[in-house]
Amino acid sequence: MFENLSYLILQQYWWAVVSLLGAILVFMLFVQGGQTLIYKLGKTDIQRKVIVNALGRKWDLTFTTLVTFGGAAFASFPLFYSTSFGGAYWVWMLILFAFVFQAVSYEYRTKPNNFLGEKTYEIFLFINGLFGTILLGTAVATFFTGSDFFINNLKNSIWQSPFLGLELAFDFKNYNTFINLSLGFTVFFLSRVLASLYIMNSVDDISILNRAEKVLLVNAIPFLVFFIFFVVNIFIIDGFAYDPATGIVSMEEHKYLRNFVEMPLVGIMFVMGILAVLFGIIRGYFFSTICGSKAIWFAGSGTILTVFSLLLSVGLNNTCFYPSSYDLQSSLTIENASSSEYTLTAMSYVSLLVPFVIAYIWYAWSSLNKNKITVEEMENDSHAY
Amino acid sequence: MENFDMALVDWSRAQFGLTAMYHWIFVPLTLGLSFIIAIMMSIYVRTGDELWKKITKFWMTLFGINFAIGVATGIILEFEFGTNWSNYSWFVGDIFGAPLAIEGILAFFLESTFIAILFFGWGRVSKKFHLVSAWLVAIGSNLSALWILVANAWMQNPVGMTFNPDTARNEMTNFWDVLLSPTAVNKFLHTITSAYVLSAIFVIGISAWFILKKRRIIFAKRSMLIGAVFGLLSTLFMLMTGDESARQVFRDQPMKFAAMEGLYDGEANAPLVVIGFMQKKPTSENPKNADFAFKLEIPNLLSYMAALDPNAFVPGIHDLIRGNEEYGIISYYEKINMGKIAITALSNYKEAKENGDKALASIELQKFRDNYKYFGYGYYNDPYNMVPNVPLTFYAFHTMVGIGVLFLLVFIFVIYFLFKKDIVRARWLNYIALWSIPLAYIASQAGWMVAEFGRQPWVVQDLMPTLSAVSNIDHKSVIITFVIFAITFTTLLIAEIKIMLTQIVKHSKIEED
Repeated sequence: MFENLSYLILQQYWWAVVSLLGAILVFMLFVQGGQTLIYKLGKTDIQRKVIVNALGRKWDLTFTTLVTFGGAAFASFPLFYSTSFGGAYWVWMLILFAFVFQAVSYEYRTKPNNFLGEKTYEIFLFINGLFGTILLGTAVATFFTGSDFFINNLKNSIWQSPFLGLELAFDFKNYNTFINLSLGFTVFFLSRVLASLYIMNSVDDISILNRAEKVLLVNAIPFLVFFIFFVVNIFIIDGFAYDPATGIVSMEEHKYLRNFVEMPLVGIMFVMGILAVLFGIIRGYFFSTICGSKAIWFAGSGTILTVFSLLLSVGLNNTCFYPSSYDLQSSLTIENASSSEYTLTAMSYVSLLVPFVIAYIWYAWSSLNKNKITVEEMENDSHAY
Repeated sequence: MENFDMALVDWSRAQFGLTAMYHWIFVPLTLGLSFIIAIMMSIYVRTGDELWKKITKFWMTLFGINFAIGVATGIILEFEFGTNWSNYSWFVGDIFGAPLAIEGILAFFLESTFIAILFFGWGRVSKKFHLVSAWLVAIGSNLSALWILVANAWMQNPVGMTFNPDTARNEMTNFWDVLLSPTAVNKFLHTITSAYVLSAIFVIGISAWFILKKRRIIFAKRSMLIGAVFGLLSTLFMLMTGDESARQVFRDQPMKFAAMEGLYDGEANAPLVVIGFMQKKPTSENPKNADFAFKLEIPNLLSYMAALDPNAFVPGIHDLIRGNEEYGIISYYEKINMGKIAITALSNYKEAKENGDKALASIELQKFRDNYKYFGYGYYNDPYNMVPNVPLTFYAFHTMVGIGVLFLLVFIFVIYFLFKKDIVRARWLNYIALWSIPLAYIASQAGWMVAEFGRQPWVVQDLMPTLSAVSNIDHKSVIITFVIFAITFTTLLIAEIKIMLTQIVKHSKIEED
């Protein structure tokens, strides 16, 4: 079946798979967003316990999505993996540290004799929510703005900045840093928006819900501001394009805006995604008591559509998905960074199982979330976090 | 070697070793305990006996504490392939990446989805669905181990690929060869059975402590029974696969095999060293030389272990370095030479291709192909730099085997006393079971050390030395991350142990069986 596809179509297929995983990951970051809101949403110990447990049932899924995203990126575009991870060393290391701490915090937070104390684990959760989201967003923004690296003819990559990736977030002399950070903050505030909608969906406690409503508005506004800043900027700047015949990379005016026009389906998904997120926010805020609990599904699917189309736009239509501003010709495209045709074909068969995986995740999710979490339940649950 | 930043190589190795060994403290328990819990829960669902439910829940509590830190230490490893071994990531990404991606899609989601059901499903989902979830967690976690071990086995014995000089990497040509290579199958089976043994020891050890404290005796005896039977069967499989593994190493990694036994000069009818102490004996050729100060041997056994023939010739380190015509062994000197030809030919090929000189390109390509088998050797000048740390490999190997065999006896005794005698009175046996817990962790780490130190200097056997696999970053950054990892993981380990011990004590004091 997949053997009959051309190499290019396989590369596009795998870019789409990686993009979809990235998009689902951004949606699932509501767990991280929620971790920064534990004290905003819960004013008593038991309320905080409700929130931590609502998030705690999903943290593993977010974590797994991140790991699978990394694995899929490695398998399908190994040159991206080696260049970005081995170059922007510190950005990725900081992201990873943020996630290392998260993994133990749910389980250890309220266990007796936990060495570091409950507060410390809550700080770990907060750090994960704050830096995990901002740094991930910042790293992804460089797909549009570019980084400084060089790749030699043995495909060894050499990062140019001695700050090994930190310059992408802290070099304020470079305007691109602001674009990068704007996506970082977009993801951060979006994750908090989604978290408040998720809490509305899964918790049954009126005082928490009232607070979630406020939190939703307070975060939706900066989210929109940063998002608009990012989108306007990438639509204005020149993008990194390559000639499919020769592979030669050049700068093209408004490349990222053009991609949405030249790939109308992707453009439509992008607009629909944004509208769905806005609709979710409005529904969650103004109609929280009537139908707010379903708002997460609009905002969530909207997030997935928007991120998916953004990532598609930067990888398809002869665009360099991981550009080098230091040496244009070192820029990575889905054609020059991918695995061999054989490997992509073999993995494509495995990818056929993805719908099945999504189906059982869905089934498991809904069987656990059938009943909303309440304060009473937390008081009587011996296995609660 | 002089062209490489050895501080960077060493610190990158130190960091990867540190994080991998920390991860490996927690993984074996997850692999085995998940099955033990599934078995216990099956008995509960079948019998409806509330005590079995309590037993299941207790081991689940310990499982959860261990699982969290296993996850925390695991994420780092996946990304370290990119952050610290970026040249490696490209050189083998086409093969190595695929199992990693499949692992994510097939195994991690299975594990993480159903673990939520396992922990929060009591009263929320049906008993049957809950039980199915328990089994799926066990299968998912063991499947996770499968794919990463397939990748590791490929590094020890690369198969199913060809080197593409245009992309400068190895490309997969046969997925099934990679997945079903005997090295991969055996490595998987040996690793998971060793993990089951560790888990079984963990279960009988803690149960023994309950018995020693005279608390929850029935609870402890039932746990012990499951642990001991599971452990005995696993030990038998572990010893069988370990035996097979020795022959594979002998065939594919003879230098590692020689180091495992501290064998410098090869011989037919080679004896197996049962116990030995090594000391440094520098020679003019090899300043790092170490040999036995004392050893106790069993005649012929090593030859038998290696080739199922007591008369077989087992090459020593010197035979491999200097070559041995009688037994058709090519010397390291020759291999280094061939490796250098391959490296030069690859570079000439690339240059000729850029200049459009097709004739020269095809000559160089042929030269490259003829010598690619020993490509990695070309990075070295002195073959003694290609000998792994002999004492470390020797001690690790003997520790692993010794403790593994000891456990066979422990399980047999425990089962015998459970059925035929009164285990409560056999305090000595309970003490042995308890003290076996640290031994199991030592053996488990030792096994990993044999596999990974023993194969040095290779990251991919014969093709890619560790020193050419690192990322092009400055070693100071790696030192900083190493220190952060060391502090972080040690802190988390302390927390884990404290929490676990507290839970064990707490549960031992419940009086309701």
